[in-house]
Amino acid sequence: MTVIGARLPRAEDPRLLRGRGRFGDDFSAPGQLWARVVRSPAAHGEVRELDVAAARAAPGIVAVVTADDLPRNPVIPVRLAIAGTDLSRFLQPVLARDTVRYVGEPLAVVIGDDPYACEDAAELVGIDIAARPAVLDARQDPPRVAAELTRGYGDPGAAFAAAAHVVEIELAIGRHSGVPLEPRCLLAVPGREPGELAIFGMTKVPVWNRDLLAGLLGVDETLIRVHAIDAGGGFGVRGEFYPEDFLIPWLAIRLGSPVKWAEDRAEHLMAVNHSRQQYHRIAAAFDASGRILALTDDIIQDNGAYCRTHGVAVPELTVAMLPGPYRVPAYRGRVRVVLTNKTPCGTYRAPGRFEGTAAREHLLDVAATRLGLDPVALRERNLLTRSELPHERPISTLGTDMILDTGDYPALLVAAVGQAVRLGYRDLAAGPGRRGRRGFGLAMFVEKSGLGPQETADVTVSRSGAVHVYSGGTSLGQGIETVLAQIAADALGADPRAVRVTAGDTTAQPFGAGSWASRSTVVGGSAVHQAALAVRRRAIELAARVLEAAEEDLDLAGGTVSVRGDPAASLTLGDLARAAAPASGYLRDGEPAGLSARRRFEVSHMTYPYGVHAAVVEVDTGTGRVRVLRYLVAYEVGRAINPMLVEGQLRGGVAQGIGGTLLEEFRYDEDGQPQAVTFIEYRLPTAAEIPPVDVLLCQDAPSPGNPLGVMGAGEGGISAVGAAVANAVRDALGLPGSVGQLPLTPARVCALAGSIAGPVSGGPVSGGPVSGGPVSGGTA
Amino acid sequence: MSTHTISLRVNGQEHQLTVEDRRTLADMLRHDLGYTGTHLGCEHGICGACTVLLDGQPVRACLVFGVQADRAEVRTVEGLADGEQLSDLQQAFSDHHALQCGFCTPGFLMLAEAYLAENGTEALTEEQARELVASNLCRCTGYQGIVEAIVATARARRK
Repeated sequence: MTVIGARLPRAEDPRLLRGRGRFGDDFSAPGQLWARVVRSPAAHGEVRELDVAAARAAPGIVAVVTADDLPRNPVIPVRLAIAGTDLSRFLQPVLARDTVRYVGEPLAVVIGDDPYACEDAAELVGIDIAARPAVLDARQDPPRVAAELTRGYGDPGAAFAAAAHVVEIELAIGRHSGVPLEPRCLLAVPGREPGELAIFGMTKVPVWNRDLLAGLLGVDETLIRVHAIDAGGGFGVRGEFYPEDFLIPWLAIRLGSPVKWAEDRAEHLMAVNHSRQQYHRIAAAFDASGRILALTDDIIQDNGAYCRTHGVAVPELTVAMLPGPYRVPAYRGRVRVVLTNKTPCGTYRAPGRFEGTAAREHLLDVAATRLGLDPVALRERNLLTRSELPHERPISTLGTDMILDTGDYPALLVAAVGQAVRLGYRDLAAGPGRRGRRGFGLAMFVEKSGLGPQETADVTVSRSGAVHVYSGGTSLGQGIETVLAQIAADALGADPRAVRVTAGDTTAQPFGAGSWASRSTVVGGSAVHQAALAVRRRAIELAARVLEAAEEDLDLAGGTVSVRGDPAASLTLGDLARAAAPASGYLRDGEPAGLSARRRFEVSHMTYPYGVHAAVVEVDTGTGRVRVLRYLVAYEVGRAINPMLVEGQLRGGVAQGIGGTLLEEFRYDEDGQPQAVTFIEYRLPTAAEIPPVDVLLCQDAPSPGNPLGVMGAGEGGISAVGAAVANAVRDALGLPGSVGQLPLTPARVCALAGSIAGPVSGGPVSGGPVSGGPVSGGTA
Repeated sequence: MSTHTISLRVNGQEHQLTVEDRRTLADMLRHDLGYTGTHLGCEHGICGACTVLLDGQPVRACLVFGVQADRAEVRTVEGLADGEQLSDLQQAFSDHHALQCGFCTPGFLMLAEAYLAENGTEALTEEQARELVASNLCRCTGYQGIVEAIVATARARRK
């Protein structure tokens, strides 16, 4: 029996559908106090005075703390350190003391017995800041560079000098972020021992956060227990260690009371990691037939005011992943990480790949126009072929060597184009628009997944026969409980409904590495697979003793071990758990009790899924509105544990990508005041903006790097949305060059339409220079 | 800050309590009465995660004061299932993978429940369902499963 590959209903669904999920703000503790963070109203300035007297005297207020009250002024270190960069001067203190560097930076915390009273009192804190000029454009001269990274190989200069064609574009990627629907929340409950804490609300990397917190508080890490909870979406931003992740537990210990903090949406939009904002100047050299000779990209990343836990991971991933699925003989990518007086940046789903894919794939479409080639044909000419894989790039990323491990890139491109034609994308794009001009766009990308170095899983069978999995991953909505249950059930010959998964409890699984970087199924799942196989061997070993049979005569299926040819001689997993219980006569002298196993799965290299996105858009040149009419994702995942969940990840990623490409943008005014602090200004896409998404899910290239053959699925839905939609808009408008900037807001689209108003008005209703080209390449 | 003593029924259960006049219905349901299935995603009436039925009408519980529910009948997500049995709409959400993190889900369920109760005898096209669903925000699913689940429930209820 295999349950891998089955579209099983999710184990998480019943509780979530009944309102029985337990999210951050659903936890409370007797005697709990509430906290409200007082944040800087200025983008940049010197803190002259914080007058907290009135706030302290307000009704219901227990304490107000500022940086002066902290034991030492702790700063939050980098989690993902990249060799060769020293960011120690740019780290964020948990409370600003002398200088504030962005609107929303924590200055003080008000603690009281009621959240409404805390919010009232927070407004009574007198803040006197001598404003300094705010740096809001990372391209200003001279830039405040926190780090500069270069990745590459070969001699791009020589290649450009010898090229038949050189094509260069600029593309700016807007500032947006994950924006999970549940704001952050944290409850810290002191225990009986000094320093003992129960924490509710940390996700993503709970063990790392626990260890960091223990170090900052100066307590043993096992005194702190981070509990597994439901999280209302992660997307990279939730669960990193923020200032509040120190402040709330520290206050709980200092005050000797449970302290709870629940941010509001305005806080979230200016306090949680922003992402994406980059300026690309990307160029490619081609020979006369359109083969890439070299690729260069010079990037400025607007990193905001500080370097947070991700350090320079996003810019590093951008330059490391930039060559994508193509044969690039020479490459140089440089990125300068520039500090500005805006919210600091971190990772957001497909960090660096959304941005780099947009720049590279938009460049290829512009190049196809310049070279007079079909965009699909240009890509086919340059894709690494199956026989060229595995392909080692002399680039490292996140401390690992980049080896594009497996697959058939040209075959997936052919399949995707064929699917788009079959589904009528070509006809739709060529047809007359109802409210504007239509266009088709396509983009190809390589993702990365399964980052190591390890994940640990415990699998244990209880006396009832239930199988318990304790994973270091965390439940963020991705369905990890369902996926790991399927993996354990498959290895153990058990019913997946009998498997209970606990994900992200630091006491139940103290060696977990967390859920991020599309690693949970690949690395976490492989650890569960190995632990469950070990439990299976243990069950057979014990059954052989109980049944007095030879191990090789035993089968385990359906949660039962039986003697082959003698079905009456059988034992359930529950029977065997009892046979392994302490004081069981079946245990040998000195043998540990329990039907359980712990396994650690190690990986030294990531695995690289890949995909193709295709979009049909309609651009209203009068209003500037872009509607995505159809969207296709073709994705190679190696092996899908539960295809329904993989498709869900891809569809959800597309929706977020469309948001970042057309709607979502953190803008600032000239003083550095954020202009998007509610969902009125920060425009998440609704069902009205998201079309049905077609998915072509391929399982043709199992990963060689793990026993399940799986590759990650968390990010492939978003990686190429900026690229595909930008290419489709360019096609619709018949632009000769780049769209220039994402998101493609109505004002920018109107400006683009105006820039080609002359030729367009005299041209065909739908289509410019490359209209119809992408899908007419004859690959179907 | 003045307070008021009010009484209301939540999912058929009688409650009497004293609340500050400025306390929102959402905070009252969640923190005073323990109905934590109603979620707060924005507290300014855009996301719809806190949608509950107030005398049968869907409202944003973050934009309604608790005192406005005096003598009212409130229905929350906890009131949808029949014991351990999911409602047809809840089951359809699971069948169509209409939820991932599940944080927005109670709001979509209550919104759809109100719509179907009012318009249950009429056919629901996908376009109409999409328009309905566009009043709330989901960050995980891309909405496709939500639309499909509501259309399927409407179809099944008409039979």
